[in-house]
This record gives sequence, structure tokens and C-alpha cells, in this order.
Amino acid sequence: MNSILRVNDLKTYFDTEGGIVRAVDGVSFEVEAGKTLGIVGESGCGKSMTAYSILGLVPQPPGRIAGGEILFEDRNLLQLSPRQIRAIRGNDIAMIFQEPMTSLNPVFTVGEQIAEAIRLHRGADRRDAWRRAVELLELVDIPLPEERAGNYPHELSGGMRQRAMIAMAISCDPKLLIADEPTTALDVTIQAQILDVLRRLQEELGMGLMLITHDLGIVAEMAHEVLVMYAGQVVEQADVETLFGSPRHPYTRGLLASVPTMSSGTGELSTIEGTVPDPVSFPAGCRFAPRCDFAVEACGRPQALLDVEGSHVVRCAEWQQVMQEAMA
Amino acid sequence: MGSHIAKKDEPTAADGTLADAVKNEGGESFWRLTRKEFRKNRPALYSLYVLVAMAVIALTADLIAGNKPYYMVYKGETYFPAFRQYAVHTGLMDWPEELRTRKNFKRYAYSDAVFPIIPYAPDEIQLGDRYERPGGAHLFGTDRLGRDVLAGLIHGTRYSLTIGLVSVGISLLIGVGLGAMAGYLGGWTDLFLSRVFELWAAIPPFFLIITAAAFFPPSLFWIMIIIGFTGWVGIARLTRSQFLQVRAFDYIAAARALGCSNLRIMAVHILPNAIAPVLIPAAFGVAGAILAESGLSFLGIGVPAEVITWGSLLAGARSNIAAWWLVIVPGFAIFITVTLYNLLGDGLRDALDPRQRGNA
Repeated sequence: MNSILRVNDLKTYFDTEGGIVRAVDGVSFEVEAGKTLGIVGESGCGKSMTAYSILGLVPQPPGRIAGGEILFEDRNLLQLSPRQIRAIRGNDIAMIFQEPMTSLNPVFTVGEQIAEAIRLHRGADRRDAWRRAVELLELVDIPLPEERAGNYPHELSGGMRQRAMIAMAISCDPKLLIADEPTTALDVTIQAQILDVLRRLQEELGMGLMLITHDLGIVAEMAHEVLVMYAGQVVEQADVETLFGSPRHPYTRGLLASVPTMSSGTGELSTIEGTVPDPVSFPAGCRFAPRCDFAVEACGRPQALLDVEGSHVVRCAEWQQVMQEAMA
Repeated sequence: MGSHIAKKDEPTAADGTLADAVKNEGGESFWRLTRKEFRKNRPALYSLYVLVAMAVIALTADLIAGNKPYYMVYKGETYFPAFRQYAVHTGLMDWPEELRTRKNFKRYAYSDAVFPIIPYAPDEIQLGDRYERPGGAHLFGTDRLGRDVLAGLIHGTRYSLTIGLVSVGISLLIGVGLGAMAGYLGGWTDLFLSRVFELWAAIPPFFLIITAAAFFPPSLFWIMIIIGFTGWVGIARLTRSQFLQVRAFDYIAAARALGCSNLRIMAVHILPNAIAPVLIPAAFGVAGAILAESGLSFLGIGVPAEVITWGSLLAGARSNIAAWWLVIVPGFAIFITVTLYNLLGDGLRDALDPRQRGNA
């Protein structure tokens, strides 16, 4: 195991007037160098907040890291000074955001924004940084990179902007790249191109990739290891073949069942009834129980992560029964 | 490739922000759009032209009104005193030896000379011409010391422009600095600074200026500082609200994820996106500063007696109410200038407010 990031029992809470929102509630995982960890779940399940916690971008207050540790190369990021964490952001750990339309500053050219990261962390002079920015734009398959570097964000299309964001993120050869829904705002053909760029860069640069998405298709295509989150907790974790081949948690099964496939025909698409519970008052037991078809009385008790087989873990005490019922 | 993907979801921060304006208009940049919008507003555009013309008058005041000739032949030598005086004022040169005896060059026994259109300096005292009516040798008349009012008016343009711009510059420094801190840092800093703004706004500015003026010697320098230090609250509040808004944008989170420090984010990433609306109170501030100086000088607690500003010209009317031109002429100049700056401010407001786009 060559893990570069190790998150242990991370808890990110928000103090609101309605009570404490447990956005991330005891999440643990590892990211290996050169491998992709996919994090899936519905909106509001704590995926993005996990990413923000790693980079120390959780707005404080109202947010706070209530517990756990985030080990990056054996340093606990939660104990670093603001100056130390700034030296890591954008340099060792970079992030791509969901909205390429609003993630670039409208008053600077794309080249200037990429060059800024290089000058900030590498201390390069203006001209060298600019040259490197053009190289990076070429690396993410932007045609005419020299001209594009001089363009303002509004002059580029969404796909181009997301490429520019990726160029900015990889400008300092990060060891870990966090991509928070990198293709959600793009149309399907562009999505595929962006994912190709990401995969190629990961191979070339050997960086660890944390891919946050709600799109299982992307996970199946990109990830080596998958983490399924629900209501601030990890509900199931496995390598990608195991997760798609033999999902154990009812929530994972529900997610998979609600993806349309070529063979699903013209019947009605299955959905998971209900919505994610109010984060101020999660159910005391299994947080998915109110929406679960397999719920029994025992689900009212808090659930622990149970080993299934190998590295496959699931947060469901009834997973064997679930499997049997599903088979039947 | 190349198709724009419209952003439809997420109503967050949707009402009329700069980024929205940029986004909605697709291909056009924010400033280009603003310029186009500003041009549509005729009164504001012409105000800008007139104000630029006034700035030119201020710069060339010595060539329009003064007692130094453009060209003078004196004791067989040829001089160009009107131009040379700029070099003398800035300290680059001195007057030649034989021209140091008199300030008023009309008194030299020159053999040939061409004087400016208005051949009087604003501080040229002619006791034989006291309270001359407008017309004749003095187009806008003279004051109680026989000083030419038109010359004073033209040279006064300099003072009003300087006072307006420097005072607002000071206000901008204070207002943008404090507003940025309050808006970006939030929390207790914001709570404290916002109360300071409210307290400051509760004091009537003119009384504050009069009180402050009592403590400092009457000089142009102090007047500008006092006006600047009292007029920053509006700018600070607007800057605060702008920073609050821009702070929440994705590209600020992206800048933080890149490892930028707070100071860098405030100065490099937020300020250029937040500053445009602050220009509106700045334009109104120039008008306010000119008005404040005129008021102070009229009351006799502004600039020292030998400095002739529009306000001090106006003050001359207090000692002789029959000299109506001493009220009308500088009063009209103040009125016009203040109106022009207000029209400019209105134009800027309309051009910069994305919510008004398309209605005009």
C-alpha cells in the first residue's frame, strides 16, 4: 500500500440556529498514489465537505472540524498553521471545482490565472510562469494554447474553462488532485473529453485522484476504489469491480438500480423513495432505514462498518439478509 | 466544441452580481459593456466631456488668465514668461535675473509683448478698479481689492478639481480599506467596523468638518484631509457589501484552494471585481467635497485669505451685497460643476447596475 492521503474518522460539523449539522460524520478512507478514489452519493451527503475539509476550506465559523485526522505524507493537515496549509494548497494538493463558468476570475486572462499558481508556489518569474501556463494549456488539449492563454474566461466555452481549471490545478505537479464534480456542469460529449484528459494526466503525472461525483457511470469508468456516502457517513466501500458486481448496502443497490442501461428496456426507471434526512436530526440508528425496503427493527440501532470480504466494508447489519432477499 | 453551456440551476447569489452580468452577456467583457451602456446616457457622457474640458482649463489656467505674457521683448532680449512660469512653479527653473523685480509683468517697460486673453492674475490687486461691474475691461467684474473675477474663476478650477479628487482619494483609501476588512473577514471584525460606520454616519458631516477645521490652520492641505476623513462612510459600506458578495463566488474558493493568502485574495482577486460600484459614491463625493470647500471658504474658515477659490470669491459678496456678480459668477460655477459630477455619478450608476440593463 502506497497511500498518500489517509483520512481517519473525520468529523466536520456546522453550528446552525437549528442545531448541529453533521455534514461529515466519522469518515475514513485512503487515497493511493496513481490510483483513483471515487466518492459517490446524493447531493448533501457530505462529499464536497470532505474535500473542503482536506484543504482546510471549510468556512469557520459556522463550520468546524470536530474530530479525526487527515494525514498527508504523515503530516496531520488539521494541525498545520495557516501558512503551512497554504503552502500545500495548489502545490501538493490541488482541487478542481464543479462550476467552470464561475470558478475562474472574470477580470484576469486564463494564462494569468494559471501563471499565478506557478509564481505563488514555484517563485517563477512572470515570463517563465507564462510559458509554463501555455505548456499546461497544451497538455490539457486546448488548441492554439498561446492565443487561449490571452483570453478572458468569458471568451471560452464551458469545456475549455474546465480544461483551463485542470491546467491550473496540475500546474505545480500535485501529488493529490481533488475533482469535485468536474463534469457535472458540462454536456455529455465534453464530459468524456474532460475525463480522458484527467485519466491521461493521472497516468503521466502519477498523482492520486479523488473524484467526487453522483454519476455512477463516471465512477465505473474512472475509479479503482469506490466510497459510497450517505448522510455524512461511509455506507459502503469496495474496489470498483466488487462494488458494481456485488453491492451489499441497500443504498448502493438503489443507486445502481436507478441508472438507466441499454438493457433496461422501456420500463419505468427505479428510484429510491424519499429524500436524504434533515442533517440536524439524523435517525438514531441506520440513517438510510426510513427509505430502506429491507428495514427491520434492528435497524433502529446505530450501525457499524462491517467487513464483507477483503477490503469490502458495508454499514448494514442486515447485509446478508438483504442479499438473500434480493436473490429471491 | 465551442458551444456555450447555459447555467440554469442554482439560484445562489443570482440577483445582479458582476459575475452574472459577465455570464449573461456571453461574449462581451464587463468593462466594454459598461462603456457601451455609459455612452447611451447622453447627459452623463456630455458631463464627462465638460469635466475633461474643465481639467484642461485647470492645467492651462496660467495661459488663459495671467499677467505673464506669452511673448515679451524686454531690454532687447526675448522671453516667453507664460510658459516659463510652469517650469518656475515646479522648481525646474528660476526667472532670469532681470525679471525678478516684479510679479506683474505689465509693469516692465517692454518694447513688445502678447498677453493672455485675460491679462490679469487672480491675485493681482488693482485698487483703482475696486468693484468694477461686469463688462468693459473686466468681463465678470472685480472684487473689493480690484481683483479680476474671471481670472479667479479660471484659476479656481484648479483648486476645486484638486480638492475634489484628493479628498475623494483619501476617502477611497479609508473607505475601501475598512470596507474590505469588514466584508471579507466578517465575524467580530465586521460587527465592530459596521458599528463604527453607523456611528460615523450619524454625525452630520458639515458640522464635523467645521469642528475639525477649528483645530487646524486654514490651508488647502488640511481642508482636503478633513473632507477626506469625514466622507468615507458611504464608500466603506458599499465596499463591505461588495466584498461580502464577491467573497462567496467560486473563483474565490478556487483562489484559496490555490494557496493564496487572505491579503492577496482581497487585493488581487476580490478588489478588481468589487471596485466598480464604488466609483459611483466617489463621483458624488467629488461634488460633495467641492461643495464643502466652498461652504467653508464662504464662512471664512476654509482656505487662507490669499488663496482664491470659488468659495472665497463668493465670500467677497458678504462685504458688499450690491456686488451681485460676486454671488452669481462663482455660485454658477459651483452649481454647474457639482451638477456635472452628479450627472456623471448617475450615469455610472446606470451603466454599472446590471439590473437596469436592457430597460433603458
